[in-house]
Amino acid sequence: MTERKIRVLVCKPGLDGHDRGAKVVAAALRDAGMEVIYTGLRQTPSMIVESAMQEDVDAIGLSMHSAAHMTIFPKVLQLLNEKGLQHILLTGGGVIPDEDIVALSTLGVGRLFGPGTPMADIAVYVKDEVGRRRAERSAAGVL
Amino acid sequence: MTVSLREVPELSDPFDDEGRDFAKDIAYPGEYPYTRGIHRTGYRGKMWTMRQFAGFGSAADTNARYKYLLGAGQTGLSVAFDLPTLMGYDSDHEFSEGEVGKCGVAIACLDDMKRLFEGIPLDKVSTSMTINSPAAILLAMYVAAAKAQGVTPNLLRGTVQNDILKEYIAQKEYIFPPVPSLRIITDMMRYCADDVPQWNTISVSGYHIREAGSTAVQELAFTLLDGFTYVECGIKAGMDVDEFAPRISHFWNAHQDFFEELCKYRAGRRIWARHMREKYGATDPKSWLLRFHTQTAGVSLTAQQPENNIVRTAIEALSAVLGGTQSLHTNSMDETLALPTEKSVKIALRTQQIIAYETGVAHVIDPLGGSWYVEKLTDQMEKEAEEIFAKVEQMGGVVRCIEEGWFQREIARSAYEYQKAVDKGDKVIVGVNKFVEQGEKLTIELLKIDASTERSQTERLKALRARRDAAKWSAALEAVRAACVDGSNLMPRLVTAVEADATLGEIIDTMKSVFGTYEETPEF
Repeated sequence: MTERKIRVLVCKPGLDGHDRGAKVVAAALRDAGMEVIYTGLRQTPSMIVESAMQEDVDAIGLSMHSAAHMTIFPKVLQLLNEKGLQHILLTGGGVIPDEDIVALSTLGVGRLFGPGTPMADIAVYVKDEVGRRRAERSAAGVL
Repeated sequence: MTVSLREVPELSDPFDDEGRDFAKDIAYPGEYPYTRGIHRTGYRGKMWTMRQFAGFGSAADTNARYKYLLGAGQTGLSVAFDLPTLMGYDSDHEFSEGEVGKCGVAIACLDDMKRLFEGIPLDKVSTSMTINSPAAILLAMYVAAAKAQGVTPNLLRGTVQNDILKEYIAQKEYIFPPVPSLRIITDMMRYCADDVPQWNTISVSGYHIREAGSTAVQELAFTLLDGFTYVECGIKAGMDVDEFAPRISHFWNAHQDFFEELCKYRAGRRIWARHMREKYGATDPKSWLLRFHTQTAGVSLTAQQPENNIVRTAIEALSAVLGGTQSLHTNSMDETLALPTEKSVKIALRTQQIIAYETGVAHVIDPLGGSWYVEKLTDQMEKEAEEIFAKVEQMGGVVRCIEEGWFQREIARSAYEYQKAVDKGDKVIVGVNKFVEQGEKLTIELLKIDASTERSQTERLKALRARRDAAKWSAALEAVRAACVDGSNLMPRLVTAVEADATLGEIIDTMKSVFGTYEETPEF
């Protein structure tokens, strides 16, 4: 059986409309062989988690430049946990200070990529991390 | 290869001018087609306005920053609003959670606007407000705040960005669909022509198109197309082009590629003048002038070795000055990480002052004009822009191309091509893909926004809603709604509404109930 392609939901949460980063990363992940669903703008945490469930994704990438990341990431994470979707990788990037990255990582958010990150780094991370999570679940007999 | 991935010649010579005519194509500064500048006396007559975009936290926080900047020798104000304000939500709306005062100042009612300019006489400063979908309401608040200071509207000088087309194309802070949005803009042009004659009603903006990833020529062409669309709307609404065109200004990005940027400004002036005179029949020379503000490129700044951003910004600013900008914002070194601190914004302002008063470049107008390379590249960019105009016309015009996502796709493609060139190392970014410092630690201080703004704004709005005259308030909102339906000019009704303490969100909701809202189809 061939393993199914990695499915990634790329989102722009909050009120900000600066979607350059989200679109570039979406295109890069697609060209790295993943299936990418781009939600578009102004997604609330519940819309994001709803889409993630509907689309049965392996990972969610949030693009944030509006300094609302400390509100949005924890909410998405909480909703994922409530719906039993802890296996979905929550990652992202944008303008996010280092200390906030550390705080969010403690909560269980995956790596967050700042300005200047090569696109390939993001693709490699998503592949590795989703692969690791799939292996874990498979070992635990969930998959 | 330029930052727009344009191949450039190694050397230019005088033998490839393709029939360029000095009098017709270049001429003297202050003369049609204004390739060399709009003023005969350049910066000797008037230095550019040093205008740093600023806003964060509450109106009181930002008021303090304005006083600091004016004290440091800044010559104009420029308001950055927070995202809820930009999107027409009050600070206490559920969608505003976590965003109040973060990317700019929170302004939800007339009282906020009054506090923003407390102690700053509005007949003495010029103020630029970066606001688009709700621009009419924020202008109404500004007019009302000035009235409260005893300043009549005819004395007000400033700009609202009010360029909704580039929002659909690039920055995506839209609320209403294109057609009602354009109607609001024509109401503003009419109102300002009559009552606020020194106000710039639209700042047609390439900045955001470029930041979203376009090339220099796309920025040039898409922006001018947006400008032409506003001109066509004004004419269609029955105004004489010379009544409103002199109050349309422009806003360019100053990116890293020095000569391409310089030629973009020169080509832009020439194209605007030619179209305004020849296509739209403007006869007042003021209608032909492309006056512009410039901001250095936020996207060119790096999070790595952020002090290097001071140098990038200085070089970008120099291209804007040599290109004849009327006003300038220089970015601060820390802006890829946070809103700027007082220290970093002061260095950015000092950068402009050094260019203005130490380097001598302000003494000579268009000093690079006549360079074979510069003239050739100016011609070439004009030609490429004209090709884009023809293509868009063939596809049914600007609004049609927006609705079909054409501009958005073109920009996304350019952004992706650029990122690939950076990742491959074809485009060098110092500190990012070359001259990288491993294990770099951030050594500069960052500004922290106090989380209390959201709470205090919520409390203030609650108190406002409790104390205002409910009958006056609901009558004023009803008048706004009626004007949306029957087409009477919205502006005087908006002024009355904000004076009756209707909040931004309440007015926007009233307008939404008639105009509806816009959604784009997500694509990448």
